[in-house]
Amino acid sequence: MPPSSDSNPAALSVRDLTVAYQEEPVLWDIDLTVPSGVLMGIVGPNGAGKTTLLQAILDIVPPAAGQVRIFGAPYEEQRHRVGYVPQRGSVDWDFPTNALDVVLMGLYGRLGWIRRPGTDEREEAYAALEKVGMADYADRQISQLSGGQQQRVFLARALVQEADLYFMDEPLQGVDATTERAIFDILRTLQKRDCTVVAVHHDLQTVPEYFDHVMLLNVRRIASGPVEEAFTEENLRRTYGGRVGFLKQQDMGTTAPDGSEETEPS
Amino acid sequence: MIDLFSQLLTDYTLRTVALGAATLGIVGGGLGSYAVLRGQSLLGDAISHAALPGVALAFLITGSKAPLPLMLGAAFTGVLATLIIIGVTNTTRVPYDSALALMLSVFFGVGLVLLTYLQQHAGAAQAGLDSFLFGQAAALVEQDVVTMAVLGGVALLVMLLFWKEFKILAFDPAFGRSLGFPIRALDVALTTLLVIAIVIGLQTVGVVLMSAIIVAPAAAARQWTDQLGAMVALAAVFGAVSGISGAFVSGTTANLPTGPTIVLCMGSIVVVSLVIAPNRGLFWMWWNQRRTSQRLRRERVLCYLYTLARKHEHPKYAHEAATLDALVSGSTRTTYVLRQLAEAGFVSRTEKGKWHLTDMGIEEAHRLAKSRNLISDFPPTEDERSTD
Repeated sequence: MPPSSDSNPAALSVRDLTVAYQEEPVLWDIDLTVPSGVLMGIVGPNGAGKTTLLQAILDIVPPAAGQVRIFGAPYEEQRHRVGYVPQRGSVDWDFPTNALDVVLMGLYGRLGWIRRPGTDEREEAYAALEKVGMADYADRQISQLSGGQQQRVFLARALVQEADLYFMDEPLQGVDATTERAIFDILRTLQKRDCTVVAVHHDLQTVPEYFDHVMLLNVRRIASGPVEEAFTEENLRRTYGGRVGFLKQQDMGTTAPDGSEETEPS
Repeated sequence: MIDLFSQLLTDYTLRTVALGAATLGIVGGGLGSYAVLRGQSLLGDAISHAALPGVALAFLITGSKAPLPLMLGAAFTGVLATLIIIGVTNTTRVPYDSALALMLSVFFGVGLVLLTYLQQHAGAAQAGLDSFLFGQAAALVEQDVVTMAVLGGVALLVMLLFWKEFKILAFDPAFGRSLGFPIRALDVALTTLLVIAIVIGLQTVGVVLMSAIIVAPAAAARQWTDQLGAMVALAAVFGAVSGISGAFVSGTTANLPTGPTIVLCMGSIVVVSLVIAPNRGLFWMWWNQRRTSQRLRRERVLCYLYTLARKHEHPKYAHEAATLDALVSGSTRTTYVLRQLAEAGFVSRTEKGKWHLTDMGIEEAHRLAKSRNLISDFPPTEDERSTD
């Protein structure tokens, strides 16, 4: 399936992406198309390669093979249209800096080499903190923030990037129910502004509620597409190896196919 | 004091040593901050030990003891060791800390072998090279200090110029990569600056103690501030102060080596910072914890009095301190707490030595119980029962 050649290419299209750290592949032959304007959740067991997939797309880890297109062009050319929220645990929160300063880092790419952020950038960063309800904490040292607050600071940093396509690695990790709602409200606002969001997600229960597209990943792509098509019991069993207890009590949606075929939006 | 100060200005040797020590303190403190924040303190130690064979090789090749060739040699083997450490960690199953310890001792061993060889074969020209082991500040001449200052100054300038880039490298390299910054190149650049900071101090402090110059001022500075800029500046100041005072103390005392004295000065600053720095200092944390536990103890006694009062349906029912002792398990200082509460006006003492809540105390206890969501634990009062 080559990327569609019409004037409105997919937000993300990944072909044959393979990543290996040692001998064993972490990601094997991933094909993925994310249409513009969707919220897509990536789910899969631990070690399925979810973080690696995001990092390979963003050229943070080198792929062994494969091709990534962002709005029809290589990532290198589309960097300014892409925002990234890494896993909260990936940084040292005892680093001597405050919330506003972390948000300002989202503007470093636009600023380019050597130029420092000035008053305009500070105002922009402050506005982003306001959007995530963290304006009162702008001067707070980041280790004094709760997990949910740290996550919102990361989100604000992505917001100032003013991207069209966002990659988020577990934006709801270690976040209480109220903050989870608040964060998802922000994601929906992004979607209303025609942004596309691809987020690694760990809670299967909330997938149908939060996302309209889903990708099931376990080294290989098991399935991807609209939630009602791809998020089937059969696909989940193939992803998690039959260890998905909650599914039996849940209605998995109305249009579940028999699951023997992988589904992919055309 | 004025005497010493004028001595510092007029005594050539002392002035040279003090300027050299201040330079290496400023550069080591500033760039060491990044090493400490990036968890590379031990890398600094490995680089400085690995510099020893470089010094010996530089002398073997050039036959000169001019500062620049020796520093270049030191930097060369320092960087080589760093590259091998990274390579071994990435390609074998040897973990990072083992690779580090291994390269540190292997390179240091090679350095010692080379020094011994030179001592036996190179005649008088090599005399003084072994001072790179523990440093010999007294041997510093103006040319050394100028070389140190130029190299260190360039390193600090580069750090300031790429401040934003190095900050994102230290805090969140993956995000920096996604923004398009060449994180690996920045990593190499910052490590190179660290190598410069190390090699300019080797002749003064020696390869064995050099890592203290990198780590100590930065660790002390981190205690006092939560801002990267302030931390780097403060570390540079701590480095300079230790350098000058170390040079001074050893210069005016017989048989006190400069390098170790500088390191001891830094150690003192670290100890003081660990203990008394606000927020992160041990004393502050202890004091804060004590205040909190005292406040919680007062609040508990107040709540117990309130519970008892509600049980007896008489808000000012008086109790023996011993009764409360029995309730507040683990605390035998209830009388002390009650006195504190009395001072605050929450309780008062009857003539018979029993304690009861005041009106203010009842209000406070009620407020506490509400805010802690404890109100359901209390038996309802007459009023509340009648309104049900």
